[in-house]
This record gives sequence, structure tokens and C-alpha cells, in this order.
Amino acid sequence: MLFFILKRLAQSVLVMAIVSAVSFSLFNFVGDPVNNMVGQDATREQRIEIRQQLGLDDPILTQYTRFLGNMMRGDFGLSYRIKRPVDELILERLPATLELVFVSAIIALFVGITLGIYTGIRRKSWISRSILSVSLVGVSLPTFIIGIALIYVFAVHLRWLPSSGRSGTIEFGWWKTSLLTVDGWRAIILPAITLSLFQLTLILRLVRAEMLEVMQTDFIKFARARGLSERAINFRHALRNTLVPVITIIGLNIGGLIAFSVITETVFQWPGTGLMFIQAVDFVDVPIMAAYLVFVALLFVLINLIVDILYFIVDPRIRLGE
Amino acid sequence: MTDLLQISGLDVDFPTRRGTVHAARGVSLTVQPGEVVGLVGESGAGKSTIGNAIIDLLEAPGRVSAGSILFEGEELRGRSEAEMRRVRGDRIGMIFQDPQTSLNPLMTIGAQLVETIEKTSDLRGSRAEERAIELLEQVGITEAKARLRAYPHQFSGGMRQRVVIALALAGDPDLIIADEPTTALDVSIQAQILDLIKRLCRERDLGVIIVTHDIGVIANIADRVAVMYRGEVVETGDVAQILGAPKHEYTKSLIAAVPRADRKLERFSSVDYIEGGNKPFERIDIQTHWLGASRDNRGTGKAIEVENLDLSFVLQKAVLKRNRKMLQAVDNVSFTVTEGQTFGLVGESGSGKSTVARLIAGLYRPDAGTIRVLGQDVSTRPNSAAAREARRALQMIFQDPYSSLNARMRVMDIVAEPIRFYRLTENEAETRRIVGDLLNHVGLGAQAALRYPHEFSGGQRQRISIARALASRPRILICDEPTSALDVSVQATILNLLKDLQQELGLTMLFISHDLPVVRQMCDQIAVMRHGQLCEVADAETLFKTPRHEYSRHLLELMPSMELLGEA
Repeated sequence: MLFFILKRLAQSVLVMAIVSAVSFSLFNFVGDPVNNMVGQDATREQRIEIRQQLGLDDPILTQYTRFLGNMMRGDFGLSYRIKRPVDELILERLPATLELVFVSAIIALFVGITLGIYTGIRRKSWISRSILSVSLVGVSLPTFIIGIALIYVFAVHLRWLPSSGRSGTIEFGWWKTSLLTVDGWRAIILPAITLSLFQLTLILRLVRAEMLEVMQTDFIKFARARGLSERAINFRHALRNTLVPVITIIGLNIGGLIAFSVITETVFQWPGTGLMFIQAVDFVDVPIMAAYLVFVALLFVLINLIVDILYFIVDPRIRLGE
Repeated sequence: MTDLLQISGLDVDFPTRRGTVHAARGVSLTVQPGEVVGLVGESGAGKSTIGNAIIDLLEAPGRVSAGSILFEGEELRGRSEAEMRRVRGDRIGMIFQDPQTSLNPLMTIGAQLVETIEKTSDLRGSRAEERAIELLEQVGITEAKARLRAYPHQFSGGMRQRVVIALALAGDPDLIIADEPTTALDVSIQAQILDLIKRLCRERDLGVIIVTHDIGVIANIADRVAVMYRGEVVETGDVAQILGAPKHEYTKSLIAAVPRADRKLERFSSVDYIEGGNKPFERIDIQTHWLGASRDNRGTGKAIEVENLDLSFVLQKAVLKRNRKMLQAVDNVSFTVTEGQTFGLVGESGSGKSTVARLIAGLYRPDAGTIRVLGQDVSTRPNSAAAREARRALQMIFQDPYSSLNARMRVMDIVAEPIRFYRLTENEAETRRIVGDLLNHVGLGAQAALRYPHEFSGGQRQRISIARALASRPRILICDEPTSALDVSVQATILNLLKDLQQELGLTMLFISHDLPVVRQMCDQIAVMRHGQLCEVADAETLFKTPRHEYSRHLLELMPSMELLGEA
């Protein structure tokens, strides 16, 4: 097992090295960094001075090594636009995004797995059929349309929930949470549902398909032949076998939630890293873009590492294999 | 005295869109306590359906439409699901074919036993666990206590089937239905499992129904036999009477098709009753045909020479060589196959016999040793023109007729592929004509060329495989368990076809099988393999009459007894 995890770690380091190279190249190929930092009326001398300060005349490899070193310390330089350290900006925004992703992942997992099991067991009932038909909507409608529709119904028409922004935050050191107040929850519900809907339907359909397949296996038939109750068969025997492939998808999809959060945060003006990224793109704020890229890649890599370890826990064939 | 089980006039229907399929019609069967009843028939005969109908686990949309199932004098038909659940496991136990898949891979066998014991008795917690240990010991699993924590994949196939039997016994049932309980197991394991079932039957005064296609199993274990054909029981009787003096035409031909282990016959008895209505296709005169041409260099030389062959697989990877776990699949194997002969390679699963075949066919590269095909070294420079030419002369027929044909290619293209690959013909028209002739010759008819593999039965698919193998005008055929996935009657016709082709074309055959009676009928020389090594190479009749190696003797002893079979 240790060997396996070390191998996975080595692969993760490789992925991060490639991503960091891409994000480093952003600095050199997306516009001239000096132009982005100084005003229109800066003199030639000022420009040269800044170039030297930033070390832009050094060989590429030296610059990359320096970039890597800074990256390790979490230092991505100053934002071009706001003139503040990028790591500070990201840390400020991170709680908002992570809380949004966390809440929508819980919704997607809980509702997706529950409905998946239900439609898998009662596959002929009309409730299952309607759940499946509605779930198609979740897959086929783009996130921003769902978001706008939810705002229209619940914020504009019914006036139950706020239409945008994050409120009711309480501070714990640098972490601002909105999960401890009613206001905070009222604000997070709509964006979280919007973000979770696509993943939810995906998980639902996957769990259902796996459930149907597991139900056909010999060990389920043998469990029936031993007279075990339907509940024991469905939940003790079938569900756990269903979960092995579902875990893979869930791992990839939580990464997907972070990626999709860019759109949801824009629609709901949610002050998270996704919104910050979109604004950074508008202003060609390269340090923020580069840092965001590295940050998202790191999350993906970490989540997949966790998924690999989860396999060990769920499946004894991997844990106790030769 | 009431019968333990009395089925009378049972009809099972499967309504489908194209009309109702009658899986069982008017089936009557009785089982007494302490008696093993064999339910024998070929695939699709409806024998498994009977077993499933008894415990009301027919697959949808199947249903029992007529008849009665009396168990200890009580009618089982029309019971509610909750009532049936109390019958299943508690009073009727079931054993399935494949021990690999009948256990939940994510639960320890202890957990599976305990949940079944708790369902069928008042024992709870540690008391249930003690009972589980007791059960495992009864089915012959040692160190039962430690084994409770083990997962199914940590057991071998035979051990797993013992666990399955322990599970079936957990509720102390009066009747056990065993559906092909040994089909997925090796001969030596099969004998042990059958002994176990028989012992439990006697000790506990159980009624046992054994559903099987294997006459050998029936001969070994059954007291009475019911023969099923197309959903009907055509004959019931004492095992000695059914096997020794069958009355029904179907039973006669079925028993005649069983390969004899006790003596060699020229051909397998034809099975007209089963084949009924299959009109023969026009066979070509192979000597004057394209297929028979360019064979004049036929000699009495050596077709395949294998010297000191080694191959090992990596089981567990590791950076350091000493930490790697290797499996020596083929260990210093040497033998020679004379041209025109059939050379049998026998052994149990994992003995390396298929690996040797794949090495010779060039599907694996050996770690060490040389392989010569028709005198040409094909192992040192496998891509040289001469080696490729030698490999054209050597073709393979695989075990599984379902996965060895590309489902998205027409039979025409499947059979023509070797011809096109080696550019053996002048033009497409000639290729098509040859494919048609080949399909006629193997008994499928030229019309088959336009269809897809899924439209054919297992036996017919194997005929397509044979036609494909013949298409490159080979001089050597490697047959890797060519009939082990087929019913016994189909097996007989395929083996007869192979024999005919060998005689007509003077083919050399390397015949790989675990089935000793089949090998005896087919082979001139036989090599016995175990753990990657050759135990013994001998003439077929010598091996069967006076085996020298201890393992050969062991294998021969395990062969199902054919004493009951008459001189049919």
C-alpha cells in the first residue's frame, strides 16, 4: 500500500510540475508583464528598472526555478490590478468557494445516491420514471440558465431567498464562514443547488446503472436463495458494490464542481475564487490567473489521491490483493 | 410416506414479444430424503429453470403456469414472497455454478455466514459465529476460525465452493438444489466437491437435486436421473438403467456422444436425434481444391519442436528485483510434435498448457528456449520473413467461441481475413469463392458468409473459427480447449469435423484440453503438464493403460467412472 501511495504521489508531483510550467509560461506569453504594471506615461528608464527588479532579463530557466521556489512558499507575486499579494487575495476568497463546493457536493452526493438507489430498486414505478425524465433536464441545461431560472423563481418572484452575494459571515481567524447564520444559509442555497444539479444527475444515473448491474450478479441471486431480506440484499450487498465505481466519478466530479463554480459564482455574484478568476481574465491579471491554475490543479491532484486511498478502504480485493 | 419434494405437471412460461417460450412442460419429479437426483440435459433444456421454479426465483418474465410443487406435503406455488423467504435458506438451500461470483466480494465470509445464520436461526452474535466455524469445519475448511475474517478472493475456487455449500447448509435445509456445482472447477477439485455433497446428503439425510450437463458427474453422484430435452423430462430412472440401458432416443444419443475414457473409438457416435433436420452441405474435394494445393512438400518431419522453453509472469511489481513476485508459467518445457499427428497437452487450470500454445503461436515471447515450426526457428527472430511464413502455416482455434470472433465483422470478412492478410489469392472474387467453399466444408453453408457471429450458436461459431483457421492453408492447427464451452452433442460433431479435416489435409494438431476422455479420442501422443513443467510424454494408449508419472496416475483416477455406460 505504501508503495502504491508513493507511486501516486510521484505521479502527482509530475502533474504539478507540468501545470506550473504552463502557468509560468502565462507570464511570458500573455502580454508584456511590464506594460501591465506601469502606466502609459512611464519612461524607458522606469521600464528597464522594473524589468531588472522583476528579474525578467535572467535566463528562462533561472526565472522558472525562482517561480517554482516562490510557488512552494505560496508566493505568486502582486496582482497587476489590485497591487496586493496574490496568495492573500486567494486566501481571502477561498472560504467562499470551498463552502459553496462543500455544500453542493453534499447535496449532489446525498440526493444523487439516494435517488439512484431508489430508481435502481423500484425501476418500474412511475416515480422512478419521472425522476429519470427530470434528471435529463439537469444534464442538458447549462448551469447559468438553471441559475438564472432559480433566481427568477425564488428571489424575484417568490422573494424567499436573496438573488446574489454572500452575507451573514462570521470570522474565524482568516476563515470567513457563512454556514453559521440563517442569512448565510439563505444566501448559499441557490448557488449550491445550481452548482450541484449537474453532478447530482450524473451520480444518480451512475448509481442507478451500477445498482441494476449488481442486481444481476450471482451473489445477489445467491443471497436471495438464502432467503435474506430485501433490505439486507439492497443495502448490505448491492450498495457497497455499487459504490466502487461511483467513488471514481465522485473524485473527478468534486474537481469539476470547483471548475464549474466559475460560472455559478458569476451568475450569483458569489465572492469566491471563481469570480476573482473571471475578473482577472477581464483585466489580464496574469499572476492571479497563474495562481488559480496551480491552485485548481493542486485540488484535483489531492482529491484523486484521496480517492485512490478510499479504494483501499472500500475494496478488500485491492487492499488484500497479492 | 410423503415425498420430500414432489413436482407434478410443472409448466414454466417465459412470455416474450415474439410469443411465449415454454421453458418447462409437464415436468414431474420426486426427491426422497437422503437421495441425490440428477437433472441432466444440454443448454437450453430447461433444467436450471426447474431449480429456480422450486424456490420461486425465476428470472423475469418467467412464471409457473401450471402444475404443483409439493414440498414435505405442502404446496409451494402461490406462496407470498415473505412466506417463500422463510422457505429459502431455511428449508431449501441452493448452490450455484460459479464460486467466483456467488459470494459478495466486499464482505468477509464470516459476515456472510453470520447474516445467513442469524436469518435462519435464533443464534446471535458470537453464538452465530461459533455455528459458522462449525459449518466451515463440516465442509472441510481447516483453521475455520481464522478464515472467518478472510474475503472470498483469498480462497481458491474449490475452497470458495465449500464456503458456498456451508452457506447453503446454514439454515439446516432438508433439500439442496445444486446448479452445475462443479462445472467451473478442475477435475481433482470436482471429485472432492462431489464427495462432499454426497457425504452431506447421507449424513444429514438431505434430498439433493444436481442440475448438470455432465454425464460424468451424474455417473459419480446420482442415485436417480431425470433427462431433460427441450423443456420436457424424456426419461426418469435409476442411474444404472439410464446410463447403461437408456430407453428414449434422445438419451441414447446423448450418452453415445459422451467421450469414452475407457477405450478409443474411431469416431464419435453421430447424434442424429439432436442434430435432426440439419442437412449436410456439399463438401468440396479438398485434394483438387485450392485449400489442398501446395501441400506436396508434406514429409514425415517434425512439425513443432520446442526446446527448454521458459516463461514467467510478474505477479507483483517492485523496484527491487528480489521483491518482485514471479510466476514460472512455463518451466523448461521440451517436446516434439511429428507431422500429421495429434499431440495432446493436458493438465489442470494453471498448469501452463495454454501458455505453451500461445508461445508457439507467437502471442507471447519466451524468456528462454527455442521454438521451431516446420524446422524454422520462430523464437529468435520472430519478424523475419521465414518466421512469418512458418507462422502462416500454424493457426489457432480458441476456447471461447463467443469472444474469439469479432462481433462487428461479417462471417465473410472474418474467414477472408487471413487470405487477405497473406495475399493468398489473385482477386476478391476468388477469395469469396474460397470462403464459400470453406463454409460449406465445415458444415455451415455458404449463405452464412453474409451474417454476423451473434446469429450463430456456440457450436456454429466454433465452425466459423475452424474455417478461419483453415483459410491461410495451414499445416498445423493449435486447438486450445476447442470444445470445453460446448454441449456434449455439439462437442462430438466438432471433434468429428476436426478429425475429418486432419485426415483430408494431413494436418498436424496440437490439442490442448483438461478433458482426458476427449484427449484419448483425439490424440496420438499426450504430454501431461503440471505447474509449468512436463510430467510425462507418452503415446496416448500407453499413457491411459500404463501411466508412469505419479501425477498422470492421479489424473486418470479422477476421471469419472464409465462403468455404468454400456457398450453403446
